[in-house]
Amino acid sequence: MRKNWIGIPAIMILLLLPSLSVAQGDDEILTPVDDNLSATVADNSVTPDETELRPAAGEQLEEPDPGLDIPGIVTVQNKPNDAGDQLIVSFEPAVNSEGIVTYNIYRHIAEEEGEDTWNLVKIVLAINPPEFIDGYDPEYPIEPGVLYEYRVASVNADGDEFFGPVCTAEVVSKGEWFHTDKTRVLIAGLLFILLIFYYFGKAQRGTKMYLRPIAGIEAIDEAIGRATEMGKPILYVPGISTISDVATIASITILGRVAKKIAEYQTRLIVPNYDPIVYTVAEEVVKQAYLEAGRPDSYDPDSVFFMTQSQFAYVAGVNGIMMRDKPATNFYLGMFYAESLILAETGSLSGAIQIAGTDAVTQLPFFITTCDYTLIGEELYAASAYLGHEPKQIGAVKGQDACKAIIMSLITLALVLGILDLVANTHTLNWLRDLVTVSIVE
Amino acid sequence: MKRTVPLMIVMVGGILMIIQYFIPHQYSLIVFDNYLEWAPIVGAFALILGVGSLTRLHSHKIRRRAKNWQYSWAVLIPLFGMPFFALIMPESLGGGTDVHGVHDFLFMHVQVPIQATMFSLLAFYIASAAFRAFRAKSALATVLLLAAVVVMLGQVPIGAIFGRWLPETGLWILRYPNLAAKRAIMLGVGFGMLATNLKIIFGVERNWLGGAGK
Repeated sequence: MRKNWIGIPAIMILLLLPSLSVAQGDDEILTPVDDNLSATVADNSVTPDETELRPAAGEQLEEPDPGLDIPGIVTVQNKPNDAGDQLIVSFEPAVNSEGIVTYNIYRHIAEEEGEDTWNLVKIVLAINPPEFIDGYDPEYPIEPGVLYEYRVASVNADGDEFFGPVCTAEVVSKGEWFHTDKTRVLIAGLLFILLIFYYFGKAQRGTKMYLRPIAGIEAIDEAIGRATEMGKPILYVPGISTISDVATIASITILGRVAKKIAEYQTRLIVPNYDPIVYTVAEEVVKQAYLEAGRPDSYDPDSVFFMTQSQFAYVAGVNGIMMRDKPATNFYLGMFYAESLILAETGSLSGAIQIAGTDAVTQLPFFITTCDYTLIGEELYAASAYLGHEPKQIGAVKGQDACKAIIMSLITLALVLGILDLVANTHTLNWLRDLVTVSIVE
Repeated sequence: MKRTVPLMIVMVGGILMIIQYFIPHQYSLIVFDNYLEWAPIVGAFALILGVGSLTRLHSHKIRRRAKNWQYSWAVLIPLFGMPFFALIMPESLGGGTDVHGVHDFLFMHVQVPIQATMFSLLAFYIASAAFRAFRAKSALATVLLLAAVVVMLGQVPIGAIFGRWLPETGLWILRYPNLAAKRAIMLGVGFGMLATNLKIIFGVERNWLGGAGK
């Protein structure tokens, strides 16, 4: 137990001040003193060179409050797998925790001097474990390679602080060059990349690979043909996300293939865009598709345009096109949010054949309900390979399938082991769980 | 050159970002933060192109007196009117800046209600879509209808009147069959994203480059 009994008279005097001033009136003479004792009492806002008041000598004092027990030494460890901006700080709590509500933890740079250099970096409730990760507060960041000092104060219900010793950190924070918690992610990623490249090579060597037919992709030709026969335009909505979204990139890729077919059929294409960067990419892709189809003169610069970056204004604009121009075919491919149903339902009311595709799980039911064909999740990414029939693209799809097969095997194995554990009371599932579990990484 | 430079930028940037994911060091974070800071700069320039595209499209329509050309004014007037009131004439019509200006008035009393109206349409569309989805035309559609009824009734207080089994069954449907299907889709999406990214990084997929990709 760490107690500093020297400070007790000062504490007693301070605690008795209010009652003394009431008893003796306002004409009492008080003398300011500096208290430089190691265990000091202060209010919640610790200020430099704080002076405390004590009554003039000769006054009668009541039995003093002994104050709170103070916490012990502070231990500091470098936090692994960070950028060198965090430290694990733990301290010995006071042995006698009576009256302690919280612990206030202060930190300053080791070379700095003076009370004003101490920053309150954490308040830990007395009932909580005496440990925390320092550096989470952006106002008081931890600098890599800097040595810090800590001190902890016991705080009572009135906010009075009773400081423990000043402790210099044993270590300085430093960033690591590899996140060890991500080792399994790295292994799985490398395995996946190897599988993809293996199938790339296999496809390039001319091995025939089977891709199961996807109704939505096979219907694209039919949908374009229908619009051509009806003499009506085709509407292509590339979603409302940015170009950094993989679904948008997949959509732009499909747009290129679709636009080429549209150019061959000499049908009008309308591509309203939500994002200005997506607009510039889509414009280039469509222009190139017309060029490849040998119809550069048929390309209409007004066919691909930016509309707005406001979600529901975009919906209103696209719905307006659907109701005024009555496109025969609507494509909704990319990332969609709450607007998916409003778009698809309006398209359905306008009588268009609709093909949708998204990886947004929450929007899939809406598209499935209102569209004729829906590309579900990964089918959106595979569509490019289906339409292009390029060996490497097909190889990538097969690589994906191989990875899914591995995952499915692990799930089946877990199922068998789980049943085994249940029936034979073994603990084999834990082995598999430890093998595949990845800790949640910040 | 037109093709190689963008492909090199994508390849180097992509590989750098993959490596960065495994390095928590502060230098790695600096690189990542810089990348993130550049993105809005590119976006700001693209916005100028976007506004130019919209202006060109609608001015063409007005000039050619194309079908429904009058609606183009409804795009062009607010497109330039709102920035005018926000940047050039931010003060209110009565003068002074202590009360809300014309831009704020138009935003709060025109744009916000119109957007709310569009969003509120979703409720009606959900009803009509549900009606279409839950028609018991086949055995599978009947299963869907029954599952939907159980889940919907299980989510509202009135469901408990029929007994505790209803909310519990609804919860079971959500937790097991529904979640299993969702996870299967998400697993496929995850692999699909990774494969697409690899195709782009290693130049297998070049369609996104447009004219430069060929």
